[in-house]
Amino acid sequence: MSNGVASLSSHLASSETAPAVSVQNLRKSFGSLEVLKGVSLSAREGDVISILGASGSGKSTMLRCINMLEVPDSGEISIGGETIGLKKSRKGIEPADQRQVDRIRSRVAMVFQSFNLWSHMTILENVIEAPIHVQKRPKAECIAEAEELLAKVGIVDKRNQYPSHLSGGQQQRAAIARALAMHPKVMLFDEPTSALDPELVGEVLRVMRSLAEEGRTMLVVTHEMGFARDVSNRVVFLHKGVVEEEGAPGEVFGAPKSERFKQFISSHR
Amino acid sequence: MDFAFMRDTFLTLIGGVPLTLNLAFMAVALGAVLALILALMRMSGLKVLDWPAQAYVFVFRGTPLLVQIFLIYYGLGQFRPTLQEWGLWTFFREPYWCAVLALTLNTAAYASEIMRGGLQSVPHNQVEAARACGMSGFLLFRRVVFPIAVRQALPAYGSEIILMVKATSLASIITMMEVTGLAAKLISQSFRAVEVFVVAGLIYLVLNFIITRIIMAIEWWLSPHLRRPPAVEPRLEAAHV
Repeated sequence: MSNGVASLSSHLASSETAPAVSVQNLRKSFGSLEVLKGVSLSAREGDVISILGASGSGKSTMLRCINMLEVPDSGEISIGGETIGLKKSRKGIEPADQRQVDRIRSRVAMVFQSFNLWSHMTILENVIEAPIHVQKRPKAECIAEAEELLAKVGIVDKRNQYPSHLSGGQQQRAAIARALAMHPKVMLFDEPTSALDPELVGEVLRVMRSLAEEGRTMLVVTHEMGFARDVSNRVVFLHKGVVEEEGAPGEVFGAPKSERFKQFISSHR
Repeated sequence: MDFAFMRDTFLTLIGGVPLTLNLAFMAVALGAVLALILALMRMSGLKVLDWPAQAYVFVFRGTPLLVQIFLIYYGLGQFRPTLQEWGLWTFFREPYWCAVLALTLNTAAYASEIMRGGLQSVPHNQVEAARACGMSGFLLFRRVVFPIAVRQALPAYGSEIILMVKATSLASIITMMEVTGLAAKLISQSFRAVEVFVVAGLIYLVLNFIITRIIMAIEWWLSPHLRRPPAVEPRLEAAHV
């Protein structure tokens, strides 16, 4: 039972310092469809976890539960040791304290599949918006930092243009800069390259790879097998709302234990 | 056509323009606040707020503005003792305030639907991005939802403003001497309806032309993201080669 030993040892390691993200026994249904059937996941600081799975496997829903864009039906989510409070109301389960959710969201940045930049703001305004208005940092400092971040993702020359003027790859890099501007403890990527033309995928993956090399904690829902294999230090494979396979990329790609994961890999080669 | 007479008419009617604009401005400004409240009530998802707002819109859109003006100016006059008791008579006694009230209540009904359309057209993914950054409540509304909604609603709202400028002419019925009121008075003195109404019509046309231009300028100013990006300036060294 090497699996049991591995999870036990990770528990021991995480008991010393709280994990960056801890998801325990997460369940979520949409109507009669149960999308997550008790998923658990733990990320230590510096982990880069690729979350794989066919569409409908619940991987995006799980990611969206971590910052409460979806509210789970049951289970527990902790960010840096702080557990998100949930309560039952007439409408169902909802966060107990919106301020806690807002505070946690400002430390857990998210990058979306379709970029979701604010269309009425320039690229620079997109990047400085939350640092100024949510984190209440001085404007001049935010602008200086935003320009550094935009230079880092290679679009500083676009800072005064609007999202609609940029290519998909440039918009996604702007969205990554917007996420970085929050000084996030954890970054969530929800299929960040799935909406991009094939020739634009590389520029976004390069930025993500450099973030991983900086030691950032990243949870990445993706279909990019190359990224999962080469960049992440752990791979989680979801199937029908449960974790079907989990481990270091070398192990799971080299010797997959689950038959479904084998099929999944071969269909994505 | 007697051009000397028309010139005199113009000089008389132009005196009514400040009141016309005053009524329109008051109604649009106050109506916008009420409309926003109504739109938020309708979108609250709470029946106790949604239903009164729906009923309000139904009544004020479904009845003629002229009838509303009559009811407020003459109708409420029948309740004078009660209004005096409440200290509201000084307000309802004035035709000016009755006209402002009627126009405000009327435009609020239309504008609330325009705003609701604008608010509902805000892309969900942009709201979600704001939530994911830790925005909620009023901050989210002020920084993301409202600015996007305004841009969506402005063209329709511009039409509503123009309709209100024209609707002020109905205030002449309750003795307001705005452009149409002055025109009616002039006709009753001169019996030359065609010249006077032609001039009055032209004055409204010019006013609305200017307002249309102002709204277009605001739209242009608010929507740089819908224009082509500024062309990259040619490099100087390239010009020398």
